[in-house]
Amino acid sequence: MPSNNTGRERPGQEHFIASLAETPVAEVDQVDETGKARSTWTDAWEAMRRRPMFWISSVLIFVIVVVAMFPSLFATYSPTECYLKFSDGGPEAGHPLGFTRQGCDVYSRIIFGTQASVTIGLLTTIMVTLFGGIVGALAGFYGGLLDAFVSRIGDIFFAIPTVLGAIVVISVVPVRDPLSVSLILALFAWPQIARIMRGAVLSARNSDYVTASAALGVSRFKTLVRHVVPNAIAPVIVIATVSLGIFIVAEATLGFLGIGLPPTVMSWGNDINQARVSIRTNPQTLLLPSAALSITVLAFLMFGDVVRDALDPEARARR
Amino acid sequence: MTNPETVPVASDSSNEETPLLKIRNLEVGFETQRGLVPAVRGVDLTLYQGQSLAIVGESGSGKSTTAQAVIGLLPGAGKVSGGSIEFEGHDLTKFSDSQFAEVRGSQIGYVPQDPMSNLNPVWSIGFQVEEAIKANGIAQGKEARQRTIEVLQEAGLSDASERLKQFPHQFSGGMRQRVLIGIGLSARPKLLIADEPTSALDVTVQRQILDHLQTLTRDYGTSVLFITHDLGLAAERAEQLVVMYKGKVVESGPSRAILENPQHPYTQRLVAAAPSLASRRIQSIKSSKPSDDSVRIFGEGSLDDALIARAESRGAGANEDLIKVSNITKVYEIRKQGFRKDKLLAVNDISFGVKKGTTTALVGESGSGKSTVAKLILQLESLTSGTIEFDGKNLAGIKGQELLEFRRRVQPVFQDPYGSLDPQYSVGNTIAEPLLAHKLGTTKERYNRVSELLDQVSLPQAARHRYPGELSGGQRQRVAIARALALKPEVLVLDEAVSALDVLVQGQVLNLLTELQTELDLTYLFITHDLAVVRLVADNVCVMQGGRIVEAASTDEVFENSSNPYTRELLEAIPGANIQLGA
Repeated sequence: MPSNNTGRERPGQEHFIASLAETPVAEVDQVDETGKARSTWTDAWEAMRRRPMFWISSVLIFVIVVVAMFPSLFATYSPTECYLKFSDGGPEAGHPLGFTRQGCDVYSRIIFGTQASVTIGLLTTIMVTLFGGIVGALAGFYGGLLDAFVSRIGDIFFAIPTVLGAIVVISVVPVRDPLSVSLILALFAWPQIARIMRGAVLSARNSDYVTASAALGVSRFKTLVRHVVPNAIAPVIVIATVSLGIFIVAEATLGFLGIGLPPTVMSWGNDINQARVSIRTNPQTLLLPSAALSITVLAFLMFGDVVRDALDPEARARR
Repeated sequence: MTNPETVPVASDSSNEETPLLKIRNLEVGFETQRGLVPAVRGVDLTLYQGQSLAIVGESGSGKSTTAQAVIGLLPGAGKVSGGSIEFEGHDLTKFSDSQFAEVRGSQIGYVPQDPMSNLNPVWSIGFQVEEAIKANGIAQGKEARQRTIEVLQEAGLSDASERLKQFPHQFSGGMRQRVLIGIGLSARPKLLIADEPTSALDVTVQRQILDHLQTLTRDYGTSVLFITHDLGLAAERAEQLVVMYKGKVVESGPSRAILENPQHPYTQRLVAAAPSLASRRIQSIKSSKPSDDSVRIFGEGSLDDALIARAESRGAGANEDLIKVSNITKVYEIRKQGFRKDKLLAVNDISFGVKKGTTTALVGESGSGKSTVAKLILQLESLTSGTIEFDGKNLAGIKGQELLEFRRRVQPVFQDPYGSLDPQYSVGNTIAEPLLAHKLGTTKERYNRVSELLDQVSLPQAARHRYPGELSGGQRQRVAIARALALKPEVLVLDEAVSALDVLVQGQVLNLLTELQTELDLTYLFITHDLAVVRLVADNVCVMQGGRIVEAASTDEVFENSSNPYTRELLEAIPGANIQLGA
């Protein structure tokens, strides 16, 4: 042991004791009682509300949703009130964006078209999240045959591009309304959410607090609902917000191809399709609905981006 | 670097007076969004050639940051904001990156903390050692290969030449740490920084590694800067101690002087709480029973006085076995490629009893099967053969209401206080959960019970609304204990419940457990790898090795006259066990 330490202290190695005034000793392991309690969700909220992008996208989404719910508040003319005498007419009083080739008011059509896009986007997202989330959570948590079955089925659907699959199915469906279009889109989109949920559940399932809750006497299913799902939901929420925008685009795509909602329902996709013929003579009938579509999708994608940054600490750390 | 021969002060006599490493008033901070957060605040430290010095402190004390500043490897946002680090007269704080690269490895070696993650899994061991040798310009080409073998042999891997082509996963933790020590010493640096070099390893392996490190550095005349949280280990392995607390040095000087006469209240606390030293103290009180003061050298009024008093007055109770384990075996089937399966005998025909109101410790190193026993008793895994009786009743195949009743009476506290609490649940909800699961009481009654439990584990009522992420490790573990106590159980199974905590916090939790045991007449099954802690809390000890119990006896018997060679080895390996007490 200390062999060359022969009692004589070398310079700089004397027994030094810091003055108590400079190094006060705190109570062992004191609880910090100051400040607010912070859960994952309050943390995420704190992170989100500091970002301008969150407020810009929120305001946009709010306006879009209000327009979708009460279109008649924003437009005085009916979108189906079309007079051929106005065909391809320019802007005039009461008709700020001019007329389509059919003589319909462009502004009204855009306002009334919001409803279809937002409804289908929301409906599809809700269906996909609920179905994909539940199936993914059960498969991940219980594993075994259920997991194998769900995963393979998911793989099959995963291999088919959403829009392509929807085109095929929609051509044999007799009823075309927002609900059926949403259902068809959801049919091909659920495996993505299911996969993400399954992965998140798999990693949460093996954590100590799940073992602990089993040892406390909490049943398997209650453990899944109370402990596993809340800890696995964050990535699902992120994907859900981002895919909302994507579903709106998918709906517009179907409309553009002429196999989406029937022409009687106001839809941006349909309008863009019909405006193709006047792209050279009257381009705003094509550009304006497209712009409305872009802004809506952008708002949801921006929102999804903010949510991802707030819920995914790794993405936050990278910034 | 300058050639020592051309420097006039390099003669032997004056070398005594020129420190190899001289840190003066070092300040290190981390850039955050709220400005520079200081981590090291005015640290002084002096280390001479051939000496060893240990920086001791709890997590967050700035000990690792100090070492990282010396070797110029501060993490991203960290930077030296003041003071000087003189290494052989050159101020390292003024070094550029390329100058640092020259010093690192060749002049200052570094042994990192975690041997599991510090070797690249995709390259062979030989490649990685050779890479270090080439980078430090020690040897090139064929010579480098030869030198690699030598380095590994010096590090204690006798069959080095055959093992060159092996990958890190084929090495045990101890062997990997030897490789890292080999790399650290390969260039014969003047200074070796060892950052918690053995905290991830079993005690017996830790001892071998440290012995080996000591021999090597003594032979080469290397100075060693240890970073450790274990005061016993520090005092045993280093001549000089520097005790850090909240970024400042609270006490420094010769190890012996500090250990025998700690002056600063923080050091006094640390010395009092270190289980290795406390267990040593019990030992000396028990064996010598003298009236002189030599056994009191660790200071009065210490945190663990209650523990020690209890340990002193301890006798094996004559009660009945509350838990009786007879000939249990657990075999795991490990799936291999294809349909083949391998059998792993995790627990091999063991029997023991836990008496009511006592603490039985299950001690063993990693892989000894001790945690599997805990899971078997808790009915979280199924038995392969044998029986477990609780309160006279065989637990085989119980389910439904009976299982729920068993769960109410036997509660677990797990090792990792960061993992065992759901991060989405507030403390209040976490503690109330077992009450809810067993459908006990009204909302109001549950609320009151949570208040009562918070008091019992000495957490403020305000903690009820906190989330686990806001609490320290010790506080989380107290929440876990409160949750376990919610159903008024009779038995607590504590699986490494204090192993992840800082010494002072560990002492506090052990104290709490001892108080609760007397107050609530609890029975503990205490599973740990740390014999020093066992000495403080247990009435009976079962020592496990490779799935078997190699010794089962009362704590006093095990510590005073164990006949089993493995137990003796474990006892010898307790850091600080070799410190000569004032005698």
